[in-house]
Parts: sequence; structure tokens; C-alpha cells
Amino acid sequence: MDIIVTIKQVPDPEAPKESFRIDEEAKRILNPANVDPVINGYDENAIEAALQLKEAVGGKVTALCMGEESATRALKQALAMGVDEAILLHDPAFADADATATAYVLAAAIRKLGKYDLILCGRQASDWDQAQVPSGIAEYLDLPSVTAVQKVEVRDGTVRVERILEDGYEVIELPMPCLVTVSNEANRPRYPTLKGIMAAGKKQIPVWNAAALEVDPARVGRAGSLTRVVKLYIPRFEGSCEFIEGETPEEMGEKLALRLRELKII
Amino acid sequence: MTQGVMVFAETTGGTLASIAKELLGAGRKLADALGEPLLAAVLGHGVQEAAQEAVYHGADTVYVADAPVLETYQTASYTAVMAQIVAQAQPSILLIGMSDNGRDLAPRLAFRLGTGLASDCVDLAINPETKLLEATRPVSGGNAMATVVIEKTRPQMATVRAKTMEPAVRDPSRQGTLVPVEVTLDPATLPARVIERVKAKAEGVRLEDAEIVIAGGRGLKGPEDFYALLEPCAKLLGGAVGASRAAVDEGWVPTQMQIGLTGKIISPKLYIACAISGAAQHMAGCGYAKTIVAINRDPDAPIFQRAHLGVVGDYKKVIPAFHKKCEELLKK
Ligand SMILES: Cc1cc2nc3c(=O)[nH]c(=O)nc-3n(C[C@H](O)[C@H](O)[C@H](O)COP(=O)(O)OP(=O)(O)OC[C@H]3O[C@@H](n4cnc5c(N)ncnc54)[C@H](O)[C@@H]3O)c2cc1C
Repeated sequence: MDIIVTIKQVPDPEAPKESFRIDEEAKRILNPANVDPVINGYDENAIEAALQLKEAVGGKVTALCMGEESATRALKQALAMGVDEAILLHDPAFADADATATAYVLAAAIRKLGKYDLILCGRQASDWDQAQVPSGIAEYLDLPSVTAVQKVEVRDGTVRVERILEDGYEVIELPMPCLVTVSNEANRPRYPTLKGIMAAGKKQIPVWNAAALEVDPARVGRAGSLTRVVKLYIPRFEGSCEFIEGETPEEMGEKLALRLRELKII
Repeated sequence: MTQGVMVFAETTGGTLASIAKELLGAGRKLADALGEPLLAAVLGHGVQEAAQEAVYHGADTVYVADAPVLETYQTASYTAVMAQIVAQAQPSILLIGMSDNGRDLAPRLAFRLGTGLASDCVDLAINPETKLLEATRPVSGGNAMATVVIEKTRPQMATVRAKTMEPAVRDPSRQGTLVPVEVTLDPATLPARVIERVKAKAEGVRLEDAEIVIAGGRGLKGPEDFYALLEPCAKLLGGAVGASRAAVDEGWVPTQMQIGLTGKIISPKLYIACAISGAAQHMAGCGYAKTIVAINRDPDAPIFQRAHLGVVGDYKKVIPAFHKKCEELLKK
């Protein structure tokens, strides 16, 4: 079975809150100083799901990432986790792409790869939180899709997933090829082993640019974007917390109840 | 020329879902700002009454696709029928709720229509000069806010976060037109098959509806205190128990209890966060609570920047004393 996983390199969401930075002028989310970027968390879940499927039924896993040259870092890590092949989609013309322009490039790369049974993506990227690109890839490739699943299995040539719902989940069967987006409930991504890291170090990561992908220059990057960010800012919250004082935590607990009663909340 | 603000009005059990009323409320304001009609799309099986309700909640025209094939949501069927309705109605704006189905439908539909989409918006406005929709959405889990416009394509699409818009007020004297939509989809051509729907075990008050929510985070260090401390206290106050994603990821509590960006969005009267640090992604789900109480050992925890009342201390000691005092107060 041929599985393709799309991944994105993002600023580490676990970095200290104070280190969060944006460029208001350029409308970009920046990587915090001294904190290395990471593979988007849900994409790690997608990689893990792909590797488990490969272990169960055999096949090959290919990771695709559109990004700056520095995103080879994320692809190296994917290789270290056990992905068979990794390709970087990079071209200066791809910069500042919105979901539409990103899905267009990823779909072009998947077409170029040609052979695939299942495409796995993370349910959303933790920088822009759009959750659009996977559905876009599916639409461009005319594939059935299901988003935000907590389980993905392959049985007798069909893909069986559990789509998360507010009050439970839904079991859905899809024919192959298809596209599925994975949520964090699905698994715990493995850590790369030392052997994996060594092997990844030796692997080449091909770079496909606009010419290699034979894409329409008007449909990539900023030129191909349909949405435009006109304002980006950090919200400020009034720090007006009333602290309950007390000698002991028990006393504070009692005073909290009294205060809430006084405010007629309980 | 495209004209009108359309909302995808979801139904549950044959009636309008709360998110639909919120969208109708928000859509009405945008339509009035533009001087354009408010349109609604109602899809399902046996949804005539819900369509009429959409009129009572502010829609001028309701496109009703009522067919057995639309009984349960499927990406392919709903995308196809919505694309058909948009082609027929030609709205300039299309709003969809950030619900289980809306979050799946909206991006697929945007790509089908070849238009832009702003996801998970919390504020919508019409720019008085350009007349463009300005959709504001949290990014990086809420650490920043972005205002997005869609200039070249129509409809301008946005998904809207639950509980961020004032719901429309029902007025049964309102008049509107119902337009039946012909559904020619053959169920046999749908690629996916929904095998079953599994409901998570649920007892007591629903987290989304609870007036009082007590939530626990990573600091609880295991499932025990959720059930031994938080649950009895929530029960006493007639509330429900929630959790941070850290607690869900650890496997201590089921995913249905997660509050936040990728969990439930709640707006209770009172939210008590125990041993939760207050990450933006968590606050995305509870920031609309009327009163936020934080109990945290660390006086510098970011949650105190968002809390109205704070206790710096160990929840293990604070909660039992709080519980006992509440019991006393409630007896009086
Ligand atoms: C894309 C994305 C989506 C996300 N979605 C969500 C979401 O929907 N919901 C969500 O919650 N998170 C979400 N997160 C995760 C979020 O960023 C945080 O990692 C998470 O909320 C942290 O949970 P926590 O506060 O329980 O744990 P921590 O951040 O580890 O905080 C634990 C706190 O407990 C305190 N503490 C420890 N022991 C005690 C004690 N005995 N008494 C009192 N205080 C104590 C500590 O001081 C600390 O402040 C998401 C992250 C990403 C990247």
C-alpha cells in the first residue's frame, strides 16, 4: 500500500507563551527565538498512523512538505520516525500561500508521485489553525475525504475510520484511494530511534520546485491565494484577577465559596 | 452579480441547531449592513418545520433540500447539494458553523466553489467602504488574531465558532419564502458509507449546556481526582466536569470532556479551572465563561491573566474545603 503523508513545519506551540512573536507588518507568525520549529503535532499523528498501517499491511510511506529550505528539518525527522521517502516542495514563488495555493501545490506533487492508495494529513496546522488544506487536496484530486478521525484501519481494500463527533464518533468506510485527516486521539507518535536518525541522515531529500511540478505560476504563493490577511495582532487581556487571600489553601477554598455566594454566582 | 448573505442552517432532530440560530443572528446583521437579503440553506430529511423556523429567526428566503439521502451528513452529498444551492442563489457571503459537520463541509465546499474561506471566526463585520466581509479569527490557538478578507471570489466564506454570536430572536410573525431544492443525488454514487454512530457514555448535565463547569488539567496527575474531587463538587453545584487536552492526551478522561480549540466551546456562568495553566488553545474553549476561577499552585500561571477570581494553592486542598463550604451555603 502506498501512503502519502503531508506535513508542515511550524513554530513550537509548546514554547513559552512570552516567546510568541508575530510580524504585524508582513502578517506572519514568526518562530520564537531559540526554540526550534517542529513538525505540526497533528502531522506527527498522521505519520504515526501511516507507519502503523505500513506495519500492519506493508507498503511505503512518503512524506511531502511545502516550505522553506529550513523545512528539511521536519522531513529529516519524519524519515527518522520511519517514513521511507521525503520530498520538499520549495520555490520562492510558493511563499505566503494561503490554503488554496498550498493545496494546489501539494496536489500537484501527489499527481507527480502518481501512485497512492491513501493520503493522510493532520487535522489542522497549529500556526494558522485553518483546517482547509487536506479538503482542498482531496477536491483537486477528486478523492473522497473524511476529516478529524481518531482511528484509521485498512480492511479488505477499504479504509475504515472513526470520525470524532461532539457526542461520540461515527464509523465510516471509504474506498481507496482516499484522504483522511488524523486527530491527536488516534495515537501517540513514536520518537525516532538512534538507528532511525542515523538512517535518515544518509537519505537524500529531493526538492521539487515550480518547474518540476509544472504548476501554473498564477496559482501558487501569494498570487494564487484567495484570502488576504489585512490585520494580525496579539490580543491583550486586562489582568484584573481578584486573588482570594488566606493563610492556608483550605481557608482560601472556603473564602472562594463565600465570595461566589456573595456575587450570587452559586 | 452575487447578492445576499447565506447561512448553512443545521438541524438536530428536525429542529434548528443552536449554531444555526447564532449564524442567523450574525447573518441578519451583515445582511442589514449591506442592505441585502438573508438567505438560509436547510438540508436534511423531514426539515420543513426547521426551514420555517429559519424564517422566524430572520431568514428572508430559505432553500430547503429535503430528501432521504440527506438524512445523515456525508461530505460528498452535502458538498454537492450546497454547491447546487449556491449556484442557484448566488450569495455574496456564505456562513457555516464550526460544528462536527460544518468544519468538514466548509473547506471541501470552498474548494468546490473555487472561493476563499476564513476558518473558525469569532467576529464578522462589513467594511463600510469596500463592503467586504472582514472576518476575524484566532490563530496559533488564540495567541494572535487575524482579520481576513476575500477580494476576488464569491461567495466570501467563513466558518463561525460556536457561542461567539448573539442568537437570532424568534419572531413567529416574520414572513419569508421557502424555495424547494430538487435533490437528484443517487445514494449509490456516494463514495463513503457511514456504518454506525456510536454515542459516548454521558451522564448528568451536558458539558455544553452546563451553567457551572469544573475542569481539571495535567496537574491532577491521574484520573482519580476527576472522579473523587471534581465530579462530586460539580454534582453538588448542578454542573459538569471538563478537562484540558493534556488530561485527555494522558488518557485520564474521554475526549468528549476536552474544552478548547479542538474540544468543546463552552460559555457557562461559572468556570473553575483546577491545575490548568491557561494555554491559548484551552482558553479558546472557555474564555467566554461569565466568571472564570483559576486554582493553580503557580502564581505566574498564564491563566491568572484571564481569570476573574484566583486561588494560588494546591487544588487537592482547596477543592475539598470549597466543596464543604458550598454544601453549607446551599443548605441555608
Ligand atoms: C493545535 C493545538 C490544539 C490544542 N487544542 C487544545 C484544546 O482544545 N484544549 C486544551 O486544553 N488544550 C489544547 N491544546 C494544548 C494546549 O496548548 C496546552 O498544552 C494544554 O492546554 C495544557 O494543559 P494543562 O493546562 O492541563 O497542562 P499544563 O500546561 O502542564 O499545566 C498544568 C498546570 O497545573 C498546575 N498544577 C500542577 N499541580 C497542581 C496542584 N496540585 N494544584 C494546583 N495547580 C497545580 C501547574 O502550575 C500548571 O500551571 C492544543 C494545542 C495545540 C498545539
